[in-house]
Amino acid sequence: MNKKIMVSFKLNGKETDVVVEARELLIHTLREKCLHTGPHIGCETSHCGACTVDFDGMSVKSCTILTVQAEGAEVLTVEGLAQGGELHALQEGFMQEHGLQCGFCTPGMLMRAYRLLQENPDPNEEEIRYWMAGNLCRCTGYQNIVKAVQYAARKLRGETVETSHPLMTADSH
Amino acid sequence: MIPRPFEYHLPRTLPEAIALLNQHGETAKLLAGGHSLLPMMKLRFAEPDHLIDLGKLTELKGIREAGNEIRIGAMTTESELIRSDLLQSRCPLIVEGARQISDPQVRYRGTLGGDISHGDPGNDHPALMIALDAAFVLLSDHGERVVPADGFFLGTYMTLLEPGEIMTEIRIPMPEAGTGWCYAKLKRKTGDFATAAAAVTLRMSGAVVADVRIALTNVAQTAVRAVDAEQALRGKPFGEAAIAEAARLAMTVCEPVADLRGDVEYKTAMAGEMTRRALVIAYSRAIH
Repeated sequence: MNKKIMVSFKLNGKETDVVVEARELLIHTLREKCLHTGPHIGCETSHCGACTVDFDGMSVKSCTILTVQAEGAEVLTVEGLAQGGELHALQEGFMQEHGLQCGFCTPGMLMRAYRLLQENPDPNEEEIRYWMAGNLCRCTGYQNIVKAVQYAARKLRGETVETSHPLMTADSH
Repeated sequence: MIPRPFEYHLPRTLPEAIALLNQHGETAKLLAGGHSLLPMMKLRFAEPDHLIDLGKLTELKGIREAGNEIRIGAMTTESELIRSDLLQSRCPLIVEGARQISDPQVRYRGTLGGDISHGDPGNDHPALMIALDAAFVLLSDHGERVVPADGFFLGTYMTLLEPGEIMTEIRIPMPEAGTGWCYAKLKRKTGDFATAAAAVTLRMSGAVVADVRIALTNVAQTAVRAVDAEQALRGKPFGEAAIAEAARLAMTVCEPVADLRGDVEYKTAMAGEMTRRALVIAYSRAIH
């Protein structure tokens, strides 16, 4: 019953093989075996979404997926968002709009927003709040996370972006 | 957080899944979306020795029209229900219900068949299926049987599903054009199970109620149909007095369990209020 199983999947574009017990949760494999410690664990009841990764085109809570279920899957974690040292629009948005404080929910927030913006490139505020409802944050009160996602959405649509932060906008200088 | 060890099986065909289920009997559990089972295993409320993952059985997925029915594979996810053009246009009650279930991540994994088979009175699909007069296809090595949603739910976590059976499909009679619908759900926050909820389908014939179905969520050991409330409305003019009487009768079938969502009196009153709201909205959506 404790026999180990080899599981092969693509992690941020790289072929990855791990050997796990059937009961091992994907979040533990990512953090402990693959040393991708961006995805976090904030609960044991599948509520908080801190462990969210992109999994075959879906946002999933990796605490509620067995690693054996990832056989053949394409998994994207926050570590795979930046390309060639260049931050993804979402990472830039969260920074510019102060969408994080302690940073514990941020990797899950970013990965959920990543999928959300592929499905809906121009969400309004209500849509952002509804479709991000699987991710809890203790610090921000969500306001600036909404702005961060809107910032990234504008940038990804090719529009000019400017932070809404009052100390950084042009007219406050 | 850490489940007990178990053996994992990934059948490639339905007969293979049935054979595994028969071979391992009570020590085996079917793994669908995993968003009720794995949480219970992580808390060690459930400790199966074998998990049979239905994830590769593509024949259990999909939403299609077949004659006068909508047929939905049991492994179809909540997310797929919400995005379905067929359901949006022909059976929007399912879409309205699914949008109120859990959160986006859970809806990418959780399945219609799993939500029903779990038999949790907190789940939303049982009442939705009763309101839609759905039937469930159960497969075992004795063959297939089709059982109605109304009567499927026996108790908390208990259904008509027998050992060795797999729910393969959900069949819903195509709602007649002009049918009104509503799922009114009171909850403490997004993603929570209902404090109380009511699923309604309503067909009008002029000013008179031609047909109505009312089912309630999380106010008894199972999802319950409010038969007396329906009876009081059928064939009668629809108005304030009729709605109030239906809400009162709906409250008489409630036997909620007191918990952090409220006491018995509160949940019962809210079941009446959700019935009232669902009826009003369903009426506004019905073609008269």
